[in-house]
Amino acid sequence: MKKRMLMLMSVVLVFVLVFVAGCGSASTTAPTSNEKKPFVIGAVFDITGPASSLGIPEKNSAQMLVDQINKAGGINGHKVDLKILDDKSTPAEAALDIKQLIEQDHVLAVIGASTSGASMSMVPIAMDKQIPMVSAAASAAIVRPASDHKWIFKTAQPDDLVAKVVVTYLKAHNITSVAFMPVNNDFGNSGLKEFQAQAGAAGINIVTVQKFEASDTDMTAQLTKVKDAKPQAVIVWSTPPSAAYVAKSYKQLGLTMPQIQSHGIGNKSFIDVAGDAANGVIFPAGKLLAVDTLSASDPQKSVLSKYASDYQAAFPGQALSTFGGHAYDATNMVLDALKASGDNPTASSIRDQLEKISNYPGITGVFNMSPSEHNGLDTSSMVWIKIANGKWTLDQN
Amino acid sequence: MDSSSLMQYILTGLAQGGLYALIGLGFVLIYNVTGIINFVQGEFVMLGAMLAVTYERMGLPLPLVIVFAVVSVALIGAGLEVISIRPARRATPLTLIIITIGLSMAVRGIALLIWGTDPLVIPAFSGGGPIKILGGALMPQQFWILGATAVSVLGLYIFLDLTVMGKAFRACVINKMGASLMGISPRRMSTLAFALGAAVGALGGVVFAPTLASYDMGMALGVKGFVAAVLGGLTSVPGVILSGFIVGIGESFGTAFISSGYKDAISLFILLLVLLVRPQGLFGIYGGKRV
Repeated sequence: MKKRMLMLMSVVLVFVLVFVAGCGSASTTAPTSNEKKPFVIGAVFDITGPASSLGIPEKNSAQMLVDQINKAGGINGHKVDLKILDDKSTPAEAALDIKQLIEQDHVLAVIGASTSGASMSMVPIAMDKQIPMVSAAASAAIVRPASDHKWIFKTAQPDDLVAKVVVTYLKAHNITSVAFMPVNNDFGNSGLKEFQAQAGAAGINIVTVQKFEASDTDMTAQLTKVKDAKPQAVIVWSTPPSAAYVAKSYKQLGLTMPQIQSHGIGNKSFIDVAGDAANGVIFPAGKLLAVDTLSASDPQKSVLSKYASDYQAAFPGQALSTFGGHAYDATNMVLDALKASGDNPTASSIRDQLEKISNYPGITGVFNMSPSEHNGLDTSSMVWIKIANGKWTLDQN
Repeated sequence: MDSSSLMQYILTGLAQGGLYALIGLGFVLIYNVTGIINFVQGEFVMLGAMLAVTYERMGLPLPLVIVFAVVSVALIGAGLEVISIRPARRATPLTLIIITIGLSMAVRGIALLIWGTDPLVIPAFSGGGPIKILGGALMPQQFWILGATAVSVLGLYIFLDLTVMGKAFRACVINKMGASLMGISPRRMSTLAFALGAAVGALGGVVFAPTLASYDMGMALGVKGFVAAVLGGLTSVPGVILSGFIVGIGESFGTAFISSGYKDAISLFILLLVLLVRPQGLFGIYGGKRV
């Protein structure tokens, strides 16, 4: 009996020794293969909540890019550690998220957020902590004036630029009276402000402004008001799903004037929810949606094709969206700034590199940053897209 | 504003109100038997819409999609009652209401895990363009919503007034003690109330699915149904139907003439106003029995 106990104990002892030795060797060998410590960067996206159709492709695109870099050996031998947090589409959560990234994870730079409201709430924190932040959202106010936004950059086309594209289109088509329908949040209200500022100078009369909420599902009441005001065209400034319900109610009321939507509908979710009511809608967007019909001489052609094929290989069955492109550009810029900063990058070295970006072909456009310009896109980054038979097509008119 | 615009606001309000009435009906059914305000009601609507999307994607024909979604949610409703309300049936109504709030959060969380965050839709039940009525326009799907409300009211009438089980159900509503002395199990009737309430809510979700199916849609719709139910006096079927339409039309005019941002405020304002004048609701019987 005693003998057997002894044997059992020695067997257990051997197992324990082998296990400990195994652990020991594993833990000592791991660091030697990768001595350099990883670079930590953070990202805040609207992964759940009403703006999730923006946030999910953004999260995927950022993660895909970082995985590619790490697979290729990292940056100068340093792996990149991307910490992604979800702000649940609310500005309050976005502010908490960026605080956590800076204070607990000690990130070198922050990417995000997806929407203007969430980004705006992160700006004062990034400024205060002096951490570079690259937003993927639209509102021009996120980075303007650049003198007050030393640490803030953004990749999406700003709404004043899009407003300019829309005004140019209206003038070319001799449209002088329009109805404007913004979603009642930072994106819509900022679009309204920029459009009002430019329409007056161009001799375009806004006959009625009809707001709706991001959570509304029926816009017939607002569109009836629009119908009574008899505009030549209707401009909608929103994101799906609410933008799609405008299109649905538009069809219900049988309105026939041109329906111009904003760059906010550049994802498949708009067509999915609006169904055949999406047909006939035109909107300005980045070139990604028309990548197949782009001429080979376009400076963005190669980067667009690579992104499109990489994304569809990594996330089969998921449609491309311009929003994913915004995050792809933001992540790419931060990674390039890290590459240019050597072995000891700091928040301020990354910031300085970001500001030096010039003639940089991205998904959203060709970027030219400067101390006075922290977005760096011009109207050449946008094309007109028309939805026909549930598909995006380049609108040459 | 001309008469066709006026007509459009009324029609939009009626179509939306039909959905609110349907959701409110679920509140009334469950409140009558159990005395609980069931805050899972909105989630039943969400589950109905989500399951309709799932069954539709499986390739089932429309009638089966409707039946399966409604029956599945009725079973879920009964199941929730058995596992969470029944064990706590001796607790105060307030505790039970808090339990339903917790349940609604759990259901929403599980739906998020199953279906993700993207808004989903199914094709409209019948094709074709808008139908014109006196200058206003409604989509065919909105008639389906109104039809579903009518069918639910008719179905409940037949069940409650013409079947033995329905009579037992009503007996429980009128006098629980008396009913149990007659051999009717109030416990079983409570489960039945949850199943019926869930089925009615799910039907609302199914007919709304061509507009929207999203994991987080339940809360907002649930609040509207709740307002309709309280406005109607919490116990009256005709009351909740009429109140649903009042809330819908109030919202539609409020959107047109004030702002859609005040939509929720408008329906709650209507509720406050009515409760100040008639604390028992439009159709409630003050201090009377629950029928």
